[in-house]
Amino acid sequence: MRDLTLTINGAPVRAAVDERTLLVQLIRDDLRLTGTHVGCDTSQCGACNVLIDGEAIKACTVLAVQAEGTEVVTVEGLAAGEALHPMQAAFREHHGLQCGFCTPGMIVAGIDMVRRLGPHLDEATVRAELEGNLCRCTGYHNIVKAIQAGALAMGGVTAPAVAAE
Amino acid sequence: MFAFAYSRPTDLAEALATLAGSEEAKPLAGGQTLIPTLKQRLASPSDLVDLSRLAALKGIALADGALVIGAMTRHVEVATSPLVAAHLPALAALAGLIGDPAVRNRGTLGGSVANNDPSADYPAACLALDAVIVTDRRELPAGAFFTGLFETALEPGELVTAVRFPLGGEGTYEKYPNPASRYAMAGVFVWRGQGDAETPEVRVAVTGASQGGVFRWAEAEAALVAEFSPSALAGLRPEADDMIADIHGSGAYRAQLVAVMAKRAVAGLAAAR
Repeated sequence: MRDLTLTINGAPVRAAVDERTLLVQLIRDDLRLTGTHVGCDTSQCGACNVLIDGEAIKACTVLAVQAEGTEVVTVEGLAAGEALHPMQAAFREHHGLQCGFCTPGMIVAGIDMVRRLGPHLDEATVRAELEGNLCRCTGYHNIVKAIQAGALAMGGVTAPAVAAE
Repeated sequence: MFAFAYSRPTDLAEALATLAGSEEAKPLAGGQTLIPTLKQRLASPSDLVDLSRLAALKGIALADGALVIGAMTRHVEVATSPLVAAHLPALAALAGLIGDPAVRNRGTLGGSVANNDPSADYPAACLALDAVIVTDRRELPAGAFFTGLFETALEPGELVTAVRFPLGGEGTYEKYPNPASRYAMAGVFVWRGQGDAETPEVRVAVTGASQGGVFRWAEAEAALVAEFSPSALAGLRPEADDMIADIHGSGAYRAQLVAVMAKRAVAGLAAAR
């Protein structure tokens, strides 16, 4: 066992964990933050994406002890009170989800895209960048639209009104 | 996972001491291969030495006509480095093809070369660019470093600290990724030196395909020295029996993929001139 100190969604967390504990196990099982999902547990699907120090990573492929001293943000930590994060709001606006299982990871992946590539993301870029996120409802069309709109909103760009779709 | 002791030293000497302290100790770089391996109980290290706080193993610098990249430099950093883009654009492009964005945010150059997965991308770049693998105790040319499937010349406790890529010439990498895993089914890195017409230099390194791991394809190199064009490779294929045969493709299929990727790479380089 090992004592661990880190920040999760802005709050300091102290936990005693077995060295073998995955970050996603700490988040879901110990802290009961179950918005982060485990789809495949083999680094393929991206449902467990969280931000470590602002960067999207697969929490099923990181040990909790590796996150010592870092700032972790899960999907629960994105909204400011009742106000959704712009990327979350865009997923709602554009119906970027069907069953919703992949959504937390998709939103985190979208935020990471904006950090790396800026707010102006064309469709081809978003599709290529979503290589590590699987949606088994195959709802990619609206996910791509949502990420493009969420990116613009994050960049302070007013999204053009959505034409009747 | 089997139990292990975990440490995250901030000092290289301390990391090496822990690695030397047990035959079963393993360094932990980005963990994008090692952690899945541990989860499947395919490895049972006594100690994991997390290298992520060793500043000495990070960074990208230009020195003596070479690009020196620290072992703990992540794929995302190589893919987006202005220095790499300016001096070895093919290496930046290759790094951007590894795994997916979240994997590239964690995975490292040193981890990739030390693991020498037969389908990893970096080993092809190291061979084709004639890179030097720098460890805590010596320097090894890539040709002597990669010794077989998941095998390298690393001794117990020896740690890759950097990779030195000589500049000059031009290269390109063509990869046919497995659509599910994004590992190379065949990846071919072609490099052409700036030597004069009488002594042209060409290196062709192939990953993803061979049962023996990454290799230099000598027949293709000879053909391209004679004439640097895709048609010079017409009819050439590596031996199908030497290629990996699994549920993703037969040996003959992979041999064909290698030939096609090599032709594409040569066409890309010829067009760039």
